[in-house]
Amino acid sequence: MSDRPSTSSAFATARAEGRAALVGYLPAGFPDLEGAVQAMRAMVAAGCDVIEVGLPYSDPVMDGPTIQAAAQQALEAGTRTADVIRTVEAVAATGVPTVVMTYWNPVERYGVDRFARDLANAGGAGLITPDLVPDEAEAWVGAADEHHLDKIFLVAPSSTHERLAMTTACCRGFVYATAVMGVTGARESSSDLAGPLVARVRAVTDLPVGVGLGVSNGDQAAGVASFADGVIVGSAFVRRLLDAGADRAGGLASLERLTAELAEGVRRG
Amino acid sequence: MPDLAPPPAVTSPGADGRFGRFGGRMMPEALMAALDELTVAWLDAMQDPAFTAEFERMLRDYAGVPSLLYDATRLSERAGARILLKREDLNHTGAHKIRNVLGQALLTKRMGKHRVIAETGAGQHGVAAATAAAYLGLDCVVYMGEVDTERQALNVARMHLLGAEVVAVRSGSRTLKDAINEAIRDWVSSVDHTAYLFGTAAGPHPFPSMVRDFCRGIGDEARAQCLQLTGALPDSAVACVGGGSNAIGLFAGFVDDESVQLVGCEAAGDGVDTMRHAATIYARQFGVLHGARTFVLQDEDGQTKESHSISAGLDYPGVGPEHAYLAESGRASYRPITDAQAMDAFSLLARVEGIIPAIESAHAVAGALEIAAEQPGSTILVNLSGRGDKDMGTAIEWFGLGATEPDDDAGEPAGPPGEGSGNNAPGEPQE
Repeated sequence: MSDRPSTSSAFATARAEGRAALVGYLPAGFPDLEGAVQAMRAMVAAGCDVIEVGLPYSDPVMDGPTIQAAAQQALEAGTRTADVIRTVEAVAATGVPTVVMTYWNPVERYGVDRFARDLANAGGAGLITPDLVPDEAEAWVGAADEHHLDKIFLVAPSSTHERLAMTTACCRGFVYATAVMGVTGARESSSDLAGPLVARVRAVTDLPVGVGLGVSNGDQAAGVASFADGVIVGSAFVRRLLDAGADRAGGLASLERLTAELAEGVRRG
Repeated sequence: MPDLAPPPAVTSPGADGRFGRFGGRMMPEALMAALDELTVAWLDAMQDPAFTAEFERMLRDYAGVPSLLYDATRLSERAGARILLKREDLNHTGAHKIRNVLGQALLTKRMGKHRVIAETGAGQHGVAAATAAAYLGLDCVVYMGEVDTERQALNVARMHLLGAEVVAVRSGSRTLKDAINEAIRDWVSSVDHTAYLFGTAAGPHPFPSMVRDFCRGIGDEARAQCLQLTGALPDSAVACVGGGSNAIGLFAGFVDDESVQLVGCEAAGDGVDTMRHAATIYARQFGVLHGARTFVLQDEDGQTKESHSISAGLDYPGVGPEHAYLAESGRASYRPITDAQAMDAFSLLARVEGIIPAIESAHAVAGALEIAAEQPGSTILVNLSGRGDKDMGTAIEWFGLGATEPDDDAGEPAGPPGEGSGNNAPGEPQE
């Protein structure tokens, strides 16, 4: 699978261009299976460097109301784990590194090894695991290593120095730094916790650091890009599709505009 | 091959908080430092005689603990076995839960935090948490599914009166599991000044062990009381299991006594062969929910399924990890009790002993009646974990009780329990 793009290569490309990478998130199956694939491809075309495919889950404790609503809609429409893998395959075909962001129980249920194998075969680059810390991740680390998948664990402003060192040592691809103490969702002002956290992460690892939670416009993206290697945006994309409702073309156009604005932002920072 | 050596006693899990393959901390990194801090503070407090003395003083002077052990002779006569009831229904706020919230709230104060949050299903843990917060001068926010706030308006009013803010949760199934999700979301944002008073012996380490230890007075008291009353240990110790706090508190007192059978009674709802039940251990599906590896009612993709029980306190699709461990090791057994069995026991206990139990606790009484039939003449100690005042709305609906307003369309007057309900009338001989 050596032709499978990895997230670290996207960050390296961005760094070579003197900018931060733009990481965009949408849940699979939202607004429906095909609509999600179209939306993610539109985000790629308009400037996302990495795509996160969310696996819709019944109990998303790290997500705010916007992503909860999208995930619930996807689940009610019958989105299955296998659909998430197929979505990854369709998006990864664009050549952009594509990872899955998932709470842990669906992976455990699918089978950790089987999930890793199917994700790798679909061209997926790895997993972001918001409720799985390395302390609990023995099976996943083994499967990821076997299938050469990125292991993207989260760090938080509350993480101790010891936990930052331990967690980043277990990461491959990039480190996901949560900018605020809180759940996903757009915020008006950027966090003053993110900069110090990124500095603390850089002290313990050479991996690129992506910052997520709260970024929704180009100015915020530029602000984060001034100190981080990547800007991660989720709820703002979901919001565009929720607001467009049944107007699919309008939703896609809105997504493209937001992606372009954020892509401009990460080049300004 | 099964290991025939006796399993370890109710465990003191290692630093990782695991009970065999169950437990652990399946939580966001943002909460790890707080969970570590809580673990250290709890272990430190339990070694501090000043803390344990104050906890015991509050339980004794404020909560009415130790509760009585009652020799239920009339129920025993009907059952054909000696049934002893540990009267946790007589505690302040009407259930065992006051033990847990007083312990956690006292620990909150010791940690210098001033705000507590809690989740609640029917409202019992929410009322208990609001009570402890009022007593100890803490701010309190209770998360409650919107469906439950409508079903349990009286408990919402109680919490308001006690000074708590009640947040109606509108996400997901809008019931207990979603209230827990929302409380976790709050905690991720507020963890520097807020403690999460978790309501049951589930969740991430240290909650399963900490809640057990705050509740273990149930078992320790009952063991001493039983020895004093009967001169011997009971043959079985029985409790209902939703998340499992009252059961693990009872079992903790007897787990080292190999002769005592530990029996948990799960809510089987309409029956375990239907889709509508909450018998998590019976279903035996390994997974992750609310921070722990345990048994979880889930679909084939690992999405949590909605549980069902007539008893809101048992209506939860997960179970505490130590119960999963005790079930798998064989030290404890768990049996499903249907809504109908529980309501029959609810009615029977009211009629023959003059005690209206919580419907949760009625599941344990029903389990004891089954055990009595299997082991006649044995001594069965039942934890009567709560009182049934809160359940009268359900009882009115189930039995057709108390309709006094004239209604020309009703056709028939409301009858006594059992009539027209499809259940055995309580006064008739039971199988």
